[in-house]
Amino acid sequence: MARAITTKQKLIWTVLAWTFGLLMFFPILWTFLTSFKTEAAAISDPPVWLFFDWTFENYTAVQERSNYPKALMNSIIIAVGSTFLGILIAVPAAWSMAFVPGKRTKDILLWMLSTKMLPAVGVLYPLVLLAKWLGVMDSRILLIVVLMLINLPIIVWMLYTYFKEIPGEILEASRMDGADLRAEILYVLTPMALPGIASTVLLNIILAWNEAFWTILLTTVNAAPLTAFIASFSAPEGLFYAKLSAASMMAIAPILVMGWFSQKQLVRGLTFGAVK
Amino acid sequence: MATMHSRSAARFMITPAVFLLLVWMLVPLCMTLYFSFADYRPLRATFEPWIGFDNYLRFVSSSSFWSSIVTTLWMVGGILSITIVGGVLMALLLDRPMFGQGIVRILVIAPFFVMPTVSALVWKNMFFNVDNGLFSYLYKFFGAQPFDFLSQAPMLSIIVIVSWQWLPFATLILLTAVQSLDSEQLEAAEMDGAPVLSRFRFIILPHLSRAITVVILIQTIFLLSIFAEIFVTTNGAFGTRTLTYLVYQRVLESQNVGLGSAGGIIAVILANIVAIFLMRIVGKNLDN
Repeated sequence: MARAITTKQKLIWTVLAWTFGLLMFFPILWTFLTSFKTEAAAISDPPVWLFFDWTFENYTAVQERSNYPKALMNSIIIAVGSTFLGILIAVPAAWSMAFVPGKRTKDILLWMLSTKMLPAVGVLYPLVLLAKWLGVMDSRILLIVVLMLINLPIIVWMLYTYFKEIPGEILEASRMDGADLRAEILYVLTPMALPGIASTVLLNIILAWNEAFWTILLTTVNAAPLTAFIASFSAPEGLFYAKLSAASMMAIAPILVMGWFSQKQLVRGLTFGAVK
Repeated sequence: MATMHSRSAARFMITPAVFLLLVWMLVPLCMTLYFSFADYRPLRATFEPWIGFDNYLRFVSSSSFWSSIVTTLWMVGGILSITIVGGVLMALLLDRPMFGQGIVRILVIAPFFVMPTVSALVWKNMFFNVDNGLFSYLYKFFGAQPFDFLSQAPMLSIIVIVSWQWLPFATLILLTAVQSLDSEQLEAAEMDGAPVLSRFRFIILPHLSRAITVVILIQTIFLLSIFAEIFVTTNGAFGTRTLTYLVYQRVLESQNVGLGSAGGIIAVILANIVAIFLMRIVGKNLDN
């Protein structure tokens, strides 16, 4: 058994860890605080920390910008849409690879992973060209499909590792009892697979929400999600720190909350089972 | 076990995913390959389908290519060193007994979930800005001359921004590995009087080596295609033009599709070299 750890040691580690934790978190905290300041207070010298007139005016100001609600809607539709489309396609594939593995299952899994490693710039122009040719440039459906495709390997892999953990004996038992394929999937597999599917959904919504190559380059006005909306702040416009902070907080808050729930899945989802 | 019936059903179920990924990979990649051998400049309405390896020769012999390779290496190398060293230390720290461990972990991981455009803009304006950034106040507070980070040290600035985003990832994965360490082995070494550093060197580091390799490979693949952080901070100026950014500029800004496509193919080849090593590790793990 571990030796008794003195309270003093524990205190030292606590102070150290909290210091580094707060340092890492500080930019987010500072953005949060600034989002409640007036523009003048946001650039006051010396900086004000907590004792300023807290105001919500930045949040209302940003929402009144013509394109914010649209960008938010686009982000939600694109992130959720691409994730669910991906799940729809990945669940059958992962199911069959986990429960009816063939000789080539391993190769297929690795090949799927390799598609994830294709640098986006390598296919940038063809995609722009195809999108224009199909008349879907700057549309949500284009972004849904593209983000679904770049995340599909991760979705398949995550589901595969979850399905692998479901004991095969249960399936055999249900087959003995006369369950057909449909019943097997619906009544045996689904209830056991749901937690895994839920975490996969969560992580992929996060990844799709934050994707910032295709979302910036394939959209202009209509389908631009929050990543592109925020990028439009890169040209400064007078005093804008507080508004930038408010817009940033609104863009990251929902994902921060989801992210905290999916810490564990992050390791599984992004290392493809190479670290356990 | 599996019946013929379920086997064919399985093949049927895997088809959509395989087909979509195959199309997704092959069609655009073949088009890029095709363009890379063509003189294709849409703005000037030039399209000559076959000019041999001219684009490759021009791309590789231009000074911007080599400087972009150097920039990419510095950027990826810098970010990797910071995140790996920082990640190992952070993981060991978070593994210690303390109060509020869960909360500290949440604080450390949070930056990973911030979208790239937000983190780049927040750092650019609220920290690096020479007039109103927090770092300038800090400099002034200590009586020093404020420093214009993004134009004086643009590379370092981008490295800081991206490292801040990826340090949580390295920490989280290394922490997972640290937690699977056999604590009895460590205690035995401690009882035998092994000092902290040699315990780290001979027990902890070898145990982490696999996780470190995985972190390096995965991060490299993502870091090779850093885009948004450069897009909203320097827009590729001041020597921050990576290979990815150079190809983007050739293809979409100057609309020299042939030349840019040749660069794209080169980027694909370079990324594949890294990918092969990662696949080997992942593949080995699939067998156990």
